[in-house]
Amino acid sequence: MKFYGYPRADGRVGVRNHLLVAPSVFCAKKVAQQIAENIPGAVYLANPLGCSQVGEDLEQTARTLVNLASHPNVGATLIVGLGCERFTPQEFYDRVKKRGTPVKKIVIQDTGDTLETVRQGTELLCQLHRQMSDQVRKEVPLSSLTLGLECGGTDAASGMAANPSIGVTSDLLIAEGGSSIFSETNEIIGSESILEKRCISPQVSQKLLKAMDEMEKELAIETADPAFHHRQALISTGNFAGGVSTVVEKALGNILKTGKAPIKGVLKFAEIPEENGLFFMDTPSQDAESTTAMVAGGAQIILFTTGRGTPVGFPIAPVIKITGNSQTYQKMRANIDVDTGPVVTKEKTLQQMGQEIFEMVLKVASGQQTKAEILGHDELLGISRVLASCRWQ
Amino acid sequence: MIKALRVSVKDNVAVLLEDIKKGEECNYGGDYPQKANQDIPFGHKIALKDIKTGEDIIKYEHVIGYATQTIKQGDWVHNHNIRSDRGRIKKERPVL
Repeated sequence: MKFYGYPRADGRVGVRNHLLVAPSVFCAKKVAQQIAENIPGAVYLANPLGCSQVGEDLEQTARTLVNLASHPNVGATLIVGLGCERFTPQEFYDRVKKRGTPVKKIVIQDTGDTLETVRQGTELLCQLHRQMSDQVRKEVPLSSLTLGLECGGTDAASGMAANPSIGVTSDLLIAEGGSSIFSETNEIIGSESILEKRCISPQVSQKLLKAMDEMEKELAIETADPAFHHRQALISTGNFAGGVSTVVEKALGNILKTGKAPIKGVLKFAEIPEENGLFFMDTPSQDAESTTAMVAGGAQIILFTTGRGTPVGFPIAPVIKITGNSQTYQKMRANIDVDTGPVVTKEKTLQQMGQEIFEMVLKVASGQQTKAEILGHDELLGISRVLASCRWQ
Repeated sequence: MIKALRVSVKDNVAVLLEDIKKGEECNYGGDYPQKANQDIPFGHKIALKDIKTGEDIIKYEHVIGYATQTIKQGDWVHNHNIRSDRGRIKKERPVL
């Protein structure tokens, strides 16, 4: 099976051809946004970080930004720097260029003020736009596709219908040689006995269990502080309202979205896997951070299950919204792409539903717009801090 | 008409596929329908057995938490009567 995508210099394939404006630091956000607004169709990354960071914390931010700016869904990138930030515009530029993505940069302190930088930056963006606009879709194999498996606003129907449906979809893609990434370490707590059996080697299962153990210890410390006894819930108010009672119940419903494929490895936040198949990425469970990490890790499409319903999207990757709750679908028809409610009512089997979503994935990969894209949703950019350095700051 | 889903025969709770009222019976695929002791909304859980304080709550064939009080067959099962110590400093768990 095949789809139509944009082959890139590094061998990966884009499902979109975005013109991206990426600030290397939050100080350059507004200038970057104004440059992007001058060229119809250009998107920008609302990067909130890039300075006053050290060590692993700074490297994680840098890796995330580089991997987004050189993502296969990006046709060309303009980097906008301030000039004095720790993640320097030059390092950002060099790392993106090395990947083969057409890239230019502009630095505010070298150029002048907002108005002058926006003017000159817009000129550079026009050049990049022209350069990338002749790229055309070609027939490419499914092995070049990676899905990010995300859930947000979980209710009990997510575990009954939406998650197991996309589990089938993920398995279908992996059977064709493609890949999936799942994440959110604190939302798999309690599913160790299931997941460890699915790891391809004892080394991988040890790595997975270690990541889970570290996250659980971290949570235990945070939830034990009596000063914040009213902020101890490990799952959200909406999860409770939707019938999910404990973090383990959530986890057992959550992991159904990973299907039955073997787990080939454990990735760091925003790390790109070196082979195809199913991978776990060690990330927090906030939807924006988790989605950003998986897209930076190379996922070109996000399958996002939601029981309570959410409108969110990502700046450079299509997000397919899937609910197991037909009432949520009816309420949020403009936001949600797929209703897997017919699985709950037994009108469709999980296999049929997973197959339908798989067919939709192929259409979206070839250019069909998701509802989040049509409405311009781009809220899901988030970069996790590495906690130790947050604490001493 | 099936009104609740028991994921595994090992589970001691089932998930409601629609809102049910106190006194209403729901078929979950077991031998007999289960009568609800309270109103229970869609997606929430109903106890299929009497569950003692401290006893495990089983869903998806796995332990999702334990009972913090006696739960009667037909009761609504949620965070008012079950908890999990995962991701927390362990509380003194009630002895069976």
